[in-house]
Amino acid sequence: MLKQTRLTVALGLAGLSMLAAGTAQAQVIKIDGSSTVYPITEAVAEEFQKAKKNAIKVTVGISGTGGGFKKFCRGETDFSNASRPITAKEMEECKAAGVEYIEMPVAFDALTVVINPKNAFLKQATVEELKKMWEPAAQGTVTKWNQVNPAWPDAPIKLFGAGADSGTFEYFTEAVVGKAKSSRGDYTASEDDNVLVQGVSRDVNAIGYFGYAYYAENTAKLKALPIVNPKTGKVVEPSAVNVENGTYQPLSRPIFVYVKAASLQKPEVKEFVDFYMKNATALIKEVKYVPLPAAAYTGNLDHVTKKKLGTVFGGKNEVGVTIEDLMKREAQM
Amino acid sequence: MSSENAGFDPARIRALIARGKLKDALFSALGILCLGIGLLVIFALVADMAVKGAERFNLGFFLNFASRRATQAGILSAWVGSLLVMLVTAMTAVPLGVAAGLYLEEYARRNWITEVIEINITNLAAVPSIVYGLLALGIFVYAFGFGQSILSAGLTLALLILPIVIVATREAIRAIPAMIREGSMAVGATRWQTCRYHIVPYAMPGILTGVIIGLARAIGETAPIITIGALTFIAFLPPVPFSELADGTRAGLFDWVMSPFTVMPIQIFNWTSRPDPAFEVNAAAAGFVLMVMVLTMNAIAIWLRYRLRKNIKW
Repeated sequence: MLKQTRLTVALGLAGLSMLAAGTAQAQVIKIDGSSTVYPITEAVAEEFQKAKKNAIKVTVGISGTGGGFKKFCRGETDFSNASRPITAKEMEECKAAGVEYIEMPVAFDALTVVINPKNAFLKQATVEELKKMWEPAAQGTVTKWNQVNPAWPDAPIKLFGAGADSGTFEYFTEAVVGKAKSSRGDYTASEDDNVLVQGVSRDVNAIGYFGYAYYAENTAKLKALPIVNPKTGKVVEPSAVNVENGTYQPLSRPIFVYVKAASLQKPEVKEFVDFYMKNATALIKEVKYVPLPAAAYTGNLDHVTKKKLGTVFGGKNEVGVTIEDLMKREAQM
Repeated sequence: MSSENAGFDPARIRALIARGKLKDALFSALGILCLGIGLLVIFALVADMAVKGAERFNLGFFLNFASRRATQAGILSAWVGSLLVMLVTAMTAVPLGVAAGLYLEEYARRNWITEVIEINITNLAAVPSIVYGLLALGIFVYAFGFGQSILSAGLTLALLILPIVIVATREAIRAIPAMIREGSMAVGATRWQTCRYHIVPYAMPGILTGVIIGLARAIGETAPIITIGALTFIAFLPPVPFSELADGTRAGLFDWVMSPFTVMPIQIFNWTSRPDPAFEVNAAAAGFVLMVMVLTMNAIAIWLRYRLRKNIKW
């Protein structure tokens, strides 16, 4: 008997929960997108909620840059984290749904080429040498260090890199090989950068690449490889200073947050943008990313006030752009 | 044949028995070894997580939201989310699964349609969980408009474990001797009365086992939950029924089912993939908590089964 009653109650509850489907949700600022930008936005969201005494709710998801834009262009989210500019296809989707947005660069991400700390022969590398290691033609043929540079030893080369779905992979291939997503396939690929950290730290012949934050948190286990800037010919170490002054090229890139123009009508969203830009420098340093020059944050706020809609990239990714340059450009939807 | 019958040689028979006993001993040793390996792996895993995460086991870890600082980051939204999602899952999957299993065993006629349904149910149990996530994204999240809510997640996982519950229900019903059914009907009970007073109560221990196995699988699922859009950073809890909301109104009894959420496996995954190695400690601690949650569920199932079995007198 009792069990039967319980069953009926359970059925009733299930039915009722269906009815609840229509009820309104509390006011929430919704953010989704790139895992690379996530730590920054999370830090801002955490501090913002604290500052507002939890009166405003902020949620942050990780769907990847592409997944984030899908939701953003459907109008489901207020902000989209992106580790690359919006693509032409995504611009179309947003336009079709009538979603207008403002593009805000928020930080630099420096792709860092790392080697094992016991590696004694490698002091620097040029982009050409990296290309020799990573281009599709290298697959199966370039397997030893001396095939890349005769001065290097006759030892096997162990490659570790980002998985094919990540923005890091896209940018690295574009900057090094010259064409986005064009890479050899026979290397240890992982979407989880900590796997790459472990791999490189355990193999003396390893070389790999990932975002600067993962190197910065693991400096005891890894050595960062200085890269020759192809424009100046100077050897540049990946460091906050070199990223900020624009010499660590072509492997540093800006990362973005896109805000929906319609959401800016809501006072809490506007407040969040203000809070983000005003606290970015300190919070970004804390999560081991490289902040933009202060002018960029005031510039972003200025764009928000003036409603500078759209992107300055025209739907394409670019290698080696400076922030000053980006700020001056005209945006388009 | 002929050689075996040829002579009755006690020595040979004794040798034969000895050989059989040796094989017996060998097999039981092998069995213990296999069991030991299984237990050792799980024990090593749990112990490893407990040791690694030891410094995080304090009240704050359970009462804090996620944070960028490892020492302040807790699992409050994750464990509450996991429990609520499990609640919705159980409330949906149990009635649906038990009713479906009961119908198939006690009511349905044996014909090719039921055959097809049976094959389908068995196959559904083998469908990768991400497929359920994609299905749920299309149906629950968008078509039904449930959004990225606890309800969507609970229903998704309910679909996922439905085949397990149905199969367990049917197995449990089949184990009931036919004489029970016949006896009940012989004294004039209808089929419904037979099911209600005999079949379901007697099958309950078996059904519960299936439900718990299903829920234990569901609580560790990440892929379908991520697909339907669970969050990573969420620093508030679903509204408590009848509590006062920020805008002065009171929350309804079922408002929490529409709340955004995160679950334990997503929190663990996020912590393992962060740059700061200090989060590995959090991940280990959260992993241990998840293991304890699963073990607790299993313990409850064993206890319930024991209690229910005591009442069955055939």
